[in-house]
Amino acid sequence: MAEHTHGHAGSAPALPPGTSGTKMIVTLGSIGLVCGVLIVGAFQVTLSAITRNKATLLQESILAVVPNATHSRTFVEHDGVLSPDADAAAPGERYYAAYDAGGTLMGVAVEAQGQGFADAVKLIYGYSPQRHAIVGFKVLESHETPGLGTKIESDPGFRANFDSLQVVPTADFSGVEHSVELAKHGKKEHPWQVEAITGATISSRAVARMLKTSTDAAVPIIAKNLEVLKGGAQ
Amino acid sequence: MTPLEKQPPSYMEEFMKGLWKENPVFVVLLGMCPTLAVTNSVINAVSMGLATTFVLIMSSMLISMLRRFIPGEVRIASFILVIATFVTVVDYAIQAISLDVYKALGAFIALIVVNCNILGRAEAFASKNSVWRSVLDAAGVGVGFTIACLALGSVREVLGAGSFLGIPLFGPHFEPWTIMLLPAGGFFVLGGWLLVFAWFKERKKVAA
Repeated sequence: MAEHTHGHAGSAPALPPGTSGTKMIVTLGSIGLVCGVLIVGAFQVTLSAITRNKATLLQESILAVVPNATHSRTFVEHDGVLSPDADAAAPGERYYAAYDAGGTLMGVAVEAQGQGFADAVKLIYGYSPQRHAIVGFKVLESHETPGLGTKIESDPGFRANFDSLQVVPTADFSGVEHSVELAKHGKKEHPWQVEAITGATISSRAVARMLKTSTDAAVPIIAKNLEVLKGGAQ
Repeated sequence: MTPLEKQPPSYMEEFMKGLWKENPVFVVLLGMCPTLAVTNSVINAVSMGLATTFVLIMSSMLISMLRRFIPGEVRIASFILVIATFVTVVDYAIQAISLDVYKALGAFIALIVVNCNILGRAEAFASKNSVWRSVLDAAGVGVGFTIACLALGSVREVLGAGSFLGIPLFGPHFEPWTIMLLPAGGFFVLGGWLLVFAWFKERKKVAA
């Protein structure tokens, strides 16, 4: 095109006889239709497998963070009240009550997420209302730095924080006695403190902050709805 | 055909060129973003290679089939639409097969759409050649890409985590070279492999 206009600044270049607009629209429309059919087809075919995978993963995670649990039931929070078996699309925070084989409530699993060092970190923790403590912890999704931030998943010392991390609800269920907080490595003094990993302070702090935000809200709700949760075993 | 005209390459050559002579990563240096980003373990590298190969083959096939109907003015839009479709299909397929792999590959599955190897093959080859040739060409580039990802992934996992496919190799006294799992390690290993390739080519030139 440049050769045609060279030396004739201002005069419109003669366009080559192109494809008609209609043909372009029809072509793009038809390709769009074919692609649409392919995408929807793939979605339909894989939907059941994907749903099953997600459910299995969630179930495994719940049982991993609540010791001695064998099965669980989902509760949905609405205005501070937990009700069981709401349909999957219902809005509200999920509480997964986990029971042992005899139907005794062993703990409640709750998901939490927040900003880590690299990207959002998603985790799930188990809370035991009997022991007033977090009793298990698992990272569901993280993109932290390998060898540093990923220690929140692998460091045995850090993981030991969550064998029993105290979060006691206040007597009137309006909040918690002491929020979860971060302590420097080797400086843990109280049972509600999370001891940070040396060299992974940002990731450690992110985990502590996520647990603080989540337990501040969830622990009073669990305490308030304890009877509902206890009676939920099937 | 006049004697001066070149014979079209055999079907075998069409496939083989992507593996070595025109390897998309080591020779053409295209699609470096996923190559560097997700090759920190063997399983991630192979998954990314296979997903890309699938998208390459399927989109080259469809684009070659439609090449006479697509007007030049809207060809890029059409190619991208076709490529994006197969990437979405792969996205669902990986979720259905393994959520662990899906999480490990993260955003890079969606980013296969902009892997320039795929649009490159569509524009430079599939839009001008028969379906059969386009499929072979795409398969060659795909396998070449997978081999390259595997080459990077193996070195990075063995040195960076002391394992291969998650199986520990060196026992408890091995201190992993964590840097190999970080982006810097990706560049180191890529540089190393490029050196190996350049050395082979150089040697061949001298021998000839």
